[in-house]
Amino acid sequence: MDHTALALIELGGVFFFLGVLGRLAGKIGMSPIPLYLLGGLAFGQGGLIPLGDIGDFTHLASEIGVVLLLLLLGLEYSAAELFTGLKRSWMAGLLDVVLNAAPGVVVALILGWGPIGAMVMGGVTYISSSGIIAKVLGDLGRLGNRETPVVLSILVFEDLAMALYLPILTAVLGGVSFLGGLEAVGISLLVITVVLVIALKFGRYVSAIVDSPDREVFLLRVLGAALLVAGLASAMQVSAAVGAFLLGIAISGSTAENATHMLEPLRDLFAAVFFVVFGLNTNPASIPPVLGWAVVLAVATTLTKVATGWWAARRQRIGRLGRARAGAALVARGEFSIVIAGLAVTAGAVTDQLAALATAYVLLMAILGPVTARIVEPVARALQRKAPRTETATASS
Amino acid sequence: MNVEVTPLPGIGVRKDFAIRNGRRVGVVTHRDGQIELIVSKSDDPDACLASLPLTADEAGALANLLGAPQLVAQLTEEQRELPGISTRQLPIKANAPFDGRTLGDTAMRTRTGVSVVAVMRAGQVHPSPSPDFTFTAGDLLVAVGTSEGLENALKILKNG
Repeated sequence: MDHTALALIELGGVFFFLGVLGRLAGKIGMSPIPLYLLGGLAFGQGGLIPLGDIGDFTHLASEIGVVLLLLLLGLEYSAAELFTGLKRSWMAGLLDVVLNAAPGVVVALILGWGPIGAMVMGGVTYISSSGIIAKVLGDLGRLGNRETPVVLSILVFEDLAMALYLPILTAVLGGVSFLGGLEAVGISLLVITVVLVIALKFGRYVSAIVDSPDREVFLLRVLGAALLVAGLASAMQVSAAVGAFLLGIAISGSTAENATHMLEPLRDLFAAVFFVVFGLNTNPASIPPVLGWAVVLAVATTLTKVATGWWAARRQRIGRLGRARAGAALVARGEFSIVIAGLAVTAGAVTDQLAALATAYVLLMAILGPVTARIVEPVARALQRKAPRTETATASS
Repeated sequence: MNVEVTPLPGIGVRKDFAIRNGRRVGVVTHRDGQIELIVSKSDDPDACLASLPLTADEAGALANLLGAPQLVAQLTEEQRELPGISTRQLPIKANAPFDGRTLGDTAMRTRTGVSVVAVMRAGQVHPSPSPDFTFTAGDLLVAVGTSEGLENALKILKNG
């Protein structure tokens, strides 16, 4: 068989297998991300079936997956929403950073992965999965709940924090000095501010550049603009993903909505490839040694996220049940933890064990998150009945 | 009524208000235009008992149900001093004779003496419709006249 035929068969096999996994995930009501990761582990290095012929394609496709993940994240928010979210939640957002990055940082330092490993693991345990969380909130009919805006504005803060964190991480992984790191911080802060101001004042011009009534032209323009911006950002050492995210924010209104509709299937395809490639590059044999630490991190960061949500909801004078719901909703980690770990692994600046730990951790949290969000209410009610307090006595009767 | 408008970043907008017994009623409007009706739980005011997705037509029908009686009540109140005059809602049903035809076509005033003072459509009031106002199924006509005239008007709308 010639090379192309083999590559097509392999690629088709991978996609079809992922389709089966995705269907399975949908049936049992969970996020497909952990199954994609497991699928990646099953193929490739140390797995059941080696894949040799599609390496070049999957590598590029997974990079496009990251760009699209971040582009659609940016499209989800308008600049005005980001500003109101930031104003409303910056205190809770800072608490979120401190509480949830700390466990990752501590574990990385204990394992002797140095400051770079600590920075990566801090990011992995910090960032919640806005994709999983938005889906769970919708599925559970909680969009009208009073605590939901609290949850969403924390997610907004996290996404802006990502826009700051990723360029810094890229610079650090690239091996720049402390001074160079500061420069990267300065540049990224400046770029983000400029883009936000442009998006707020001139968003419609940016939209006009990519907009077209013709679907095909529109798709090509949006995708082309995203890859151009991502590539240029990458060349300037500011992280391709952040470039795409900022472009997404600058595109607004109905253009953003149409772009989201059109790019969603592409995002799902390329992001699936990204998760598989991450799983591919992780040797399954390296997971058991770090599984204990993954469980420790999972327990610790579940508690810290619940604490973050609880505190943020209490500040908005929301009742105990609502606070518990807000906390539990934030637990899920997913795509962005893998994006961060993926950046580190590609740069080759961290040990292979980190990829294994990140994989195991995201596997646990992507499954645990939706489950926690679902069971928190019955559990909280049972606890309330056991220890009735004057404040809630009427509520539980 | 104090309607609270809360942006839901990435999702849409929530608009709700507290009713007399303390529960919240409102809608979540998604950015793609989909509407959800929300009603809060009685034992947990932060949470929602129901979160009901509605199509634009369904939302319009619900808005008519809620809005029309109030308009009729208001008009009835205003005409209390005029004995013999009453106000009624007259529906345009799907496939009714005047679905897709105009108010002028009904010749309502000539035939019954009844005045159509407003049309409720999708929760919006269209006051004083002109003779070329075209009805569609789901419209609620608010009509003023004598009881006998209103009976006849209902028959005309039903039978043509």
